[in-house]
Amino acid sequence: MEHYHMNLTLKVWRQQNNQSKGQLETYQVKDISSEMSFLEMFDVLNEQLILEGKDPIAFDHDCREGICGMCSMYINGQAHGPWQQNTTCQLHMRAFKDGDTIVVEPWRSNAFPVVKDLVVDRSSFDRIIQAGGYISVNTGNAVDANAIPIDKKDADNAFMAAACIGCGACVATCKNGSAMLFVGAKVSQLALLPQGAPERESRVLNMVAQMDKEGFGNCTNTYACEAECPKGISVANIARLNSEYLKAGLSTEEK
Amino acid sequence: MALDAKIPQGEMDKKWSDYKGHVKLVNPANKRKLEVIVVGTGLAGASAAASLGELGYKVKAFCFQDSPRRAHSIAAQGGINAAKNYQNDGDSVFRLFYDTVKGGDYRAREANVHRLAEVSTAIIDQCVAQGVPFAREYGGLLSNRSFGGTQVQRTFYAAGQTGQQLLLGAYSALERQVALGNVQMFARHEMLDVVKIDGKARGIIARDLVSGKTERHFGHAVLLCSGGYGNVFYLSTNAMGSNVTAAWKAHKKGAFFGNPCFTQIHPTCIPVSGDHQSKLTLMSESLRNDGRIWVPKQKGDNRNPKDIPENERDYYLERRYPAFGNLVPRDVASRAAKERCDEGYGVGTTKMAVYLDYKDAIMRYGKIEAGKQGLTAVDDATVFSLGKAVVEEKYGNLFEMYEKITGENPYETPMRIYPAVHYTMGGLWVDYELQTTVPGLYALGEANFSDHGANRLGASALMQGLADGYFVIPYTLGNYLAEDIRTASISTDHEAFVQTEKEVNDRLQQLMSIQGKQTVESFHKRLGKIMWDKCGMARNAEGLKQAIQEIQALKKEFWSDVRIPGSIDAFNPELDKAGRVADFIELGELMCKDALNRNESCGGHFREESQTEDGEAKRDDEQYSYVAAWESKGESNWELHKEPLNFEIVKPTQRSYK
Repeated sequence: MEHYHMNLTLKVWRQQNNQSKGQLETYQVKDISSEMSFLEMFDVLNEQLILEGKDPIAFDHDCREGICGMCSMYINGQAHGPWQQNTTCQLHMRAFKDGDTIVVEPWRSNAFPVVKDLVVDRSSFDRIIQAGGYISVNTGNAVDANAIPIDKKDADNAFMAAACIGCGACVATCKNGSAMLFVGAKVSQLALLPQGAPERESRVLNMVAQMDKEGFGNCTNTYACEAECPKGISVANIARLNSEYLKAGLSTEEK
Repeated sequence: MALDAKIPQGEMDKKWSDYKGHVKLVNPANKRKLEVIVVGTGLAGASAAASLGELGYKVKAFCFQDSPRRAHSIAAQGGINAAKNYQNDGDSVFRLFYDTVKGGDYRAREANVHRLAEVSTAIIDQCVAQGVPFAREYGGLLSNRSFGGTQVQRTFYAAGQTGQQLLLGAYSALERQVALGNVQMFARHEMLDVVKIDGKARGIIARDLVSGKTERHFGHAVLLCSGGYGNVFYLSTNAMGSNVTAAWKAHKKGAFFGNPCFTQIHPTCIPVSGDHQSKLTLMSESLRNDGRIWVPKQKGDNRNPKDIPENERDYYLERRYPAFGNLVPRDVASRAAKERCDEGYGVGTTKMAVYLDYKDAIMRYGKIEAGKQGLTAVDDATVFSLGKAVVEEKYGNLFEMYEKITGENPYETPMRIYPAVHYTMGGLWVDYELQTTVPGLYALGEANFSDHGANRLGASALMQGLADGYFVIPYTLGNYLAEDIRTASISTDHEAFVQTEKEVNDRLQQLMSIQGKQTVESFHKRLGKIMWDKCGMARNAEGLKQAIQEIQALKKEFWSDVRIPGSIDAFNPELDKAGRVADFIELGELMCKDALNRNESCGGHFREESQTEDGEAKRDDEQYSYVAAWESKGESNWELHKEPLNFEIVKPTQRSYK
């Protein structure tokens, strides 16, 4: 792999807090190595700002290996930037070339208010999980793990849905600000497994109700969420969510 | 003060069941009146908070991330051990216990390890019941794989995302308790001190990282589930936010720190590429199941690895350790890689890397697939593509991650790997009940020192975190709280809360008032370099003494020249980081002191003065068969207490994987 260095212009969203108005500010960074990660380039910029006596840019990040779901930058109009199935922290600078201008914004959604700069509040996702994204089994109540065999295909599909990292790129990228991919992934995972069956109906109804309450939009099948999802969560999970929702809506009326 | 580990009497395999049978209980009506604080929401914290909430305690849980689901347990890749013996390959609770004590190089407490092995099976049951999608075979039953330091297949996994799936299971149980009102969750909060009243832990001072305001929280007991301190080395596989602050504050409030120098250097990580590096990425140990590790036989061989013929490659782990081959424990594999690179056989631009090669595995799987499909006379390219599909299913996400970081395709070119700091076996000293030396203050998971001795076996961290949270603390905490049912909640206007909060705020003020010239990050990097060079994979007395002096000097410089932008009463990640780095500096000194004191090699702690003729770690059981528990006695001053280790079952011998 050929390594190179580059100078870049960054236009970054700055916003003091959720009460204040924000704007894009322009910064220059020099001698950025193509081997750096995108966030390491931000580290360089922040070190520079601190030494200049300026306020560094706030951004969320933690594991820097693409799994915790905390990093969340909207880069050149794409959630997590130009690479497919990738988080911001795993984006590397070889995706850019010398002289590029890069625009970086926070996730934009009514349900994700800005905390500061590029940091947003995604606690609405936690509240959706609280509404039913679990199986009600207290510690110590479990039967032997192999007592219930699970069709490998169902187990694999449940795993692929469960790979969601809860980053919110689906919401940020959707023109409606819909959280259907996030909700669909959790509903699917638990609906595909026999352990999830007893609460199958109440789960989907409650999670969707919470999703609506949080102010997320509806799905109009543009599939932008799947295209931008760093874990490649399939829109088939939205179809399953819709089907689970319909079934639950019909059957609970009889109870 | 004499350390009492409170190990129950009786036969090893009866201790835990006897303990559970006689432990004091708290009735449901009283549980509702008892408040418990849980700091950290990784596997240990989330499972503890959820389980205690289910039991009826009033729980407050804290994490510094924006959601409990982000805790760094999420990044664990390879798997979780359990003595299920589903593979009928001779596994048992005893084997898991034995492997763990031996793997830890006879520096773990037997009774704790036995309990861990006993509850391991229930963890898998619990996780499956929660909907954790472990890998399965076509018959619908659970799949297993091997990990280092064992000769059975007892590792359960979910592709390379096992930690994620286990944490999301625990997180969902936690969120369910939040919804039921049993747990109150405080995200983006950091614990900055323990509040002690009459010698007991009675609460914490936490800081809301968004508003910057400090808060007082009461609890009848406080559980620290705050993870390990690998970031003292700056570069590690830990998350950027992983820190020692909660454990360190507890240490300064009287909790002894156990075996601080016991650090795990993981053999298979993506090598450092330059000065800009902010963290290191692990490539799961599960890759050593199928991958073969080698370097060229010729020093400074710069050929493309594909052009180096078989007879010019040194598969040094297979050569040195024929019985375990590429699956030797982590400490052994790491040192062997370092040895080859130090001798000049390293590869890549920095020469500080070895190859992890999948070619043979791909071809082997390819041939099996071709056989299954009844294909005869297939060419190598077809075999390769059939085999690649198998490897992709097993390790696909890891290979993708490697390619994203390095830009190289590991199916085509062998991966370059090098050891990196990954886990800390040391931590707060706890007794059998997971209680620290401060009554009412507990430490769970990586934050305590107890189960892994001087080296942790792969797939055992997830097991320990969940064992502590789901199956140990719900019993042992009751034993303490049963005595506390008459203690009404203490008002946070109590003098101890007011005083501790003032101390916390004074320190924040002090940090902000320095306004020097150097960034927090630059101090952290310098600390990391001292630690890696002198208290890393190999240590010696002279280097450790130097390191202590250098760290003391660095500390002075930090407190007179650090520059922190912004203000206290606002979202200020630089201030958060400054507090953590200040604590890492103090911890670094203690680690060096502990490493200097332990003039033997054991597990991941390799003192150059103490090695066998063929360069293996040489223990000194006569002198050092003890847990070093350090008591804080003021600035740069500690008193050493020793908890002798008695091995009733597994007799210490020179560890051999040959």
